[in-house]
Amino acid sequence: MIRFSNVAKSFRKIRVLDDISLEIGLSERVALIGSNGAGKTTLIRCLLGEYTFDGEVSIGGRDPRKERTEVLGTIGFVPQLPPPLKMPVAQLINFSAALCATDPARIHELAQRLGLELAPILARPFVKLSGGMKQKLLIAIALGRDAKVLVMDEPAANLDPEARKIFFELLAERQEDVTMLISSHRLNEVSALVNRVIEMDMGKVVLDDRVADDVSLSGRFACRIAIKRSEPAFAKAMQAWSFRDLGNGLEWEGEVPGPDRLRFMGMTSRYVALINSYSLEEAVKVMPPAGPETVSLADGTGSLCVPGNPLRGQATAT
Amino acid sequence: MNQLWLTAKLDIVESLRARWFQVYTLVFGGIVALLFLFGLTESRVLGFIGLSRLLVTYIQLTMAILPIFVLITTVRSVAGDREAGVYEYLLSLPVSLAAWFWGKILGRYIVIFLPVFGAMVLAVVIALIREIEVPWSMFGYYTALLAVMAACFLGIGMLISALARSTDMAQGAAFVVWLTLLLFLDLILLGVMIQGKVSPEVAVSMALANPLQVFRTAALALFDPQLIVLGPSAYVILDNFGVTGYKIFALVYPTVLGVVAATLGYQLFRRGDLP
Repeated sequence: MIRFSNVAKSFRKIRVLDDISLEIGLSERVALIGSNGAGKTTLIRCLLGEYTFDGEVSIGGRDPRKERTEVLGTIGFVPQLPPPLKMPVAQLINFSAALCATDPARIHELAQRLGLELAPILARPFVKLSGGMKQKLLIAIALGRDAKVLVMDEPAANLDPEARKIFFELLAERQEDVTMLISSHRLNEVSALVNRVIEMDMGKVVLDDRVADDVSLSGRFACRIAIKRSEPAFAKAMQAWSFRDLGNGLEWEGEVPGPDRLRFMGMTSRYVALINSYSLEEAVKVMPPAGPETVSLADGTGSLCVPGNPLRGQATAT
Repeated sequence: MNQLWLTAKLDIVESLRARWFQVYTLVFGGIVALLFLFGLTESRVLGFIGLSRLLVTYIQLTMAILPIFVLITTVRSVAGDREAGVYEYLLSLPVSLAAWFWGKILGRYIVIFLPVFGAMVLAVVIALIREIEVPWSMFGYYTALLAVMAACFLGIGMLISALARSTDMAQGAAFVVWLTLLLFLDLILLGVMIQGKVSPEVAVSMALANPLQVFRTAALALFDPQLIVLGPSAYVILDNFGVTGYKIFALVYPTVLGVVAATLGYQLFRRGDLP
């Protein structure tokens, strides 16, 4: 599907990409990770035909630079930093839809699913939207067409938990027929979304690891947390994840999207001293559990029920 | 074609929202309004009176303002979008680079020409209401001259914009280009001729390579067909072109200059890094 052959790129004698060769197949979900300056964005720009470079890049056998329209018509792209476009939201939607030969209604529908009400902001300049709104709109535009490749640079960074959950569901709906390339500084942000990890450093690929394809994008975990005393900060955090208060802020219940569970646990670990009991159980079964006694959080198939210290329980379980 | 028009429309809408366009429209509309207000149609110069007199003054003023306005606003186009980080996203959409670049030129051309033309139409409408005679042939040629002038400086602006890597650099370069053309109108050429280092024909040729001088002379030729105000230079021009020939040259040469500059700009844009 995607092929990089000996790709090299320099800016004023500084080598930013150094002889990169990669092949990414259909329906692979690749995390492109690395620190700042590793070459992730440059690699993505070469893939989108925006940079000139030495070597070859092809998508479906086509050159993205020479056959721009055909190739880019199959790619949905979400940038890390939303562009400072002054055009109104409606015009951006119509412009993208017309170029991508898709129906603007599809973009509207996806934006709606992500929790972005378009009607009141259609006349507003894109640049005036909040970070989360921009990100939702760009995701809706990228997914609102028949893309074969999704290239996303920190796509969920500005999304609230509810929107992240829906975003993962949207990706899950497309995962069989779409190749995904998701760039991030940190692996834990995207680990649950991918089945292959490519790490870059100083313009080279330093790790190319295929992880077992047992991650469910659509899986959910039922979660129940009891705490010792009511705490406003904790209540606010729980509400942000759409959890229900079962009584005086002492007991909370809700669902956590499978790909977001590590992030959720990271958030709850801040309140470890407060927590009495913590249960996280798979709500939607995607893969059979590894065994009756085995508990795995990494593959999204097991359950965790830990009275007392959740972190101790998590460490034991994993 | 659809991509070209979509891009042009994008640029038009963006320009209509920009402050520079509001100022630009106000300046040209304001010039016509002021000229009428101060009774310029009543005054007389070289036998010209009425709307002819107003149009002569209008085109002289436009020649001073339009090139720098077009250059400064156009050079922001490619360089500004690149600097702002707009290209990374917009050029990830399936639009051909030709449609993008020429679409931007088309959109920008419409935006810069319409207010200037609109001001001339406004002058004609006011003249018709006041029952002042309208010199239609002059109106037609001046309109063509303004259209060509806009195209010429738009092309030069797009070339500078494609060359420069930042808005500051692009605006600086645009200003230097305009200043050079302005200096070559008279001052430097006079100096060169006084020193006697070049023949008058070469000096006049150099002057006629300057689009600003071409427009200035063409505008003069309309009310002074023998180019008396130009002195001896008139002989070189009229011997080589004739009055009609020069009028045609004044429309063709700047158009070619603008198109060549824009094509060069497109080649640079197409071959380089986009964001």
